[in-house]
Amino acid sequence: MSVTVRLPTVMRAHAGGQSEVRAEGGTIGEVVEDLIRQFPNMATHLRAPDGGLHRFVNVYVNDEDIRYLDSLDTKVDDGDEISILPAVAGG
Amino acid sequence: MLELPADLHGAMVAHALDGLPDEACGLLAARPGERHPDDVRVERFYPCRNAAASSRVYTVDPRDHLRADKDAEASGMEIVGVVHSHTHTDAWPSPTDVAQAPDPSWHYVIVSLRHPEAALRSFRIVDGNIAEEPVVLLEE
Repeated sequence: MSVTVRLPTVMRAHAGGQSEVRAEGGTIGEVVEDLIRQFPNMATHLRAPDGGLHRFVNVYVNDEDIRYLDSLDTKVDDGDEISILPAVAGG
Repeated sequence: MLELPADLHGAMVAHALDGLPDEACGLLAARPGERHPDDVRVERFYPCRNAAASSRVYTVDPRDHLRADKDAEASGMEIVGVVHSHTHTDAWPSPTDVAQAPDPSWHYVIVSLRHPEAALRSFRIVDGNIAEEPVVLLEE
């Protein structure tokens, strides 16, 4: 599957300034792996030390937060729009 | 520097008061200009839900964030910062605010409700360092 990935401003520098990139995969986990393969510097933003998704990013398939779907196992279809945004929190 | 239309300043304070007793939060959008991202003129304020529903911490509801991000993008703008309230402390970033600041290009606005008159201040947070910036209110 080929999907479009919208990048947050903090990650665009790792993709030559692009705000959107293409990636391949059948699940969000595979799309994330493909992003890191293409743009290795994205790993620190996307991957937690345990290999899961970094807790400071939110990932959406079309308009749904993957935490309410199947997380990294969420399936994607050809042409889906994946959005990555920073988790915005504080005290 | 943060240029802020007076009506948006009013909307941010009102949203902070509406959120009591919890902290309130929202996102700011601006059109990228010549001095972007250091100097921005806020054009939109997107009130968001505090998914943490707490008087001590906030989490911008992820769905509200996506909606704001897409709306800003469709208008040729981008999200340039976040505003949140401190219900009982001054308008200065807490250690949690600094530790979780998601983007060094953003502007971090805090509305303090500690005193009867709300106080709004804005900060840049880069590599754990806090720098206050001027807020210029634009009257209509």
